[in-house]
Amino acid sequence: MKLEVTDPLTRLHRDLEALLRLRAVSTPLVVGIHTGGAWIAARLHAGLGLEGPLGSLDISFYRDDFSRIGLNPRVRPSQLPLGIDGRHVVLVDDVIHTGRTVRAALNELFDFGRPASVMLAVLIDRGGRELPIQPDAVGARVELPRGSEIKLTGPDPLGLEILSTPNRPESR
Amino acid sequence: MKPQSPVARPASLQLTPDGRLRHFLSIEGLPRALLEQILDTAESFANLGGPAVKKVPLLRGKTIVNLFFEASTRTRTTFELAAKRLSADVLNLNIGAAATVKGETLLDTLRNLEAMHTDMFVVRHADSGAAHFIARHAAPHVRVINAGDGRHAHPTQAMLDMFTIRRVKGAFEPLCVAIVGDILHSRVARSQIHALKTLGTGCVRVVAPRTLLPAEVETLGVEAHVDPETGLEEADVIIMLRLQRERMKGAFLPSEHEYFQRFGLTEERLRRARPDVIVMHPGPINRGVEIDSRVADGPRSVILRQVTYGIAVRMAVMSMALGTGTDAS
Repeated sequence: MKLEVTDPLTRLHRDLEALLRLRAVSTPLVVGIHTGGAWIAARLHAGLGLEGPLGSLDISFYRDDFSRIGLNPRVRPSQLPLGIDGRHVVLVDDVIHTGRTVRAALNELFDFGRPASVMLAVLIDRGGRELPIQPDAVGARVELPRGSEIKLTGPDPLGLEILSTPNRPESR
Repeated sequence: MKPQSPVARPASLQLTPDGRLRHFLSIEGLPRALLEQILDTAESFANLGGPAVKKVPLLRGKTIVNLFFEASTRTRTTFELAAKRLSADVLNLNIGAAATVKGETLLDTLRNLEAMHTDMFVVRHADSGAAHFIARHAAPHVRVINAGDGRHAHPTQAMLDMFTIRRVKGAFEPLCVAIVGDILHSRVARSQIHALKTLGTGCVRVVAPRTLLPAEVETLGVEAHVDPETGLEEADVIIMLRLQRERMKGAFLPSEHEYFQRFGLTEERLRRARPDVIVMHPGPINRGVEIDSRVADGPRSVILRQVTYGIAVRMAVMSMALGTGTDAS
């Protein structure tokens, strides 16, 4: 099953713009989480007319399930401009589910410095949080049964795909 | 599954049932895809180490023991740095090189270290097969990496050499690689030959005096040359091996001077190879014995890059081995 991506992206952009205005942040540092988050971050960065570099994080080295599932074989280097100290960071991901990816990204971010604030922008919130982490700007909320997955395809054109795995027994 | 012959056993000891790396003991028997996975993973770690973040929390809470029964500075240091950059805790045990450690003593050492809840042993030992022995007898959650055993294998050295070659030259297929020196006693050469062949290198040559070439070395799929003039012809990569001084005492070689005259890598000899040849050496180098200083410090030398890449490759192997279900309940 496919989902339409233009509307959520527009809504996310609008939400984020309002949030930045409310907080009086004019030069945020937009940081996308590999891979989907980085694609969305690039769109937002361009849409907001921001200058200066765009950041990206690969959180593979910070995952909490490493000793269970091992390492992703090709981890891209995280790219953050020098001196994130005192910056207002907008962390961007495609889908938020358990919140563990964002937890890992925050840890990595703080290894680079001490930002003034961190806001979280996600294209899709599919619920199912396991940590006290909530997005500040959301493109769309989607209810999905446990065991199914939503995946951003891209980078051009962007698309959303829902993959259901009905054979997997419900975990309690 | 094919029935496994006794020679195939190292691979089954090294891999989990689903084919992931459990112990890293020798290159022999490992599939090409796994060697490439090690190189790809090392590539990720080589990109770290920028100005901001050198260290990642991947192995936080794990304890890695450097168990060195034989002296080594570079290998032990790079293993230690690799572990520390992965946030693991490191214990360095240098057990006297002179003491011949018998099986029983080794097992007792092992049991004691396991009782301290350690997760990985990095083993260097003068006896061939020591790391395999430890891997066979270690507790199921413990991982073992061979950091050099006797004349048998030195797989992380071979992989950092492969990483260096791939970074500089790209694909292995079109390359001609010449390994020059004491092939007979060298665990490094043995591991390099297996790695180069597994990765599909077009031509692998071993170049040495006849007394330092193993009998029937060609069965490994290499060309043997006793004359460096032909051995270095059109080579893309030259790997010089350290000539161990103790070999001079035996009947292997007449003198250091004569060895340098015949086999030492000089600028003149280097001209036989391709103009873009790279010169490698696992270190420590003997200047004026196997390699001339002008070559070792010259523009074709990548010897110090090998040392840098060694950390990334060891980080890759450690994280891959410790990422295969060590917290199985």
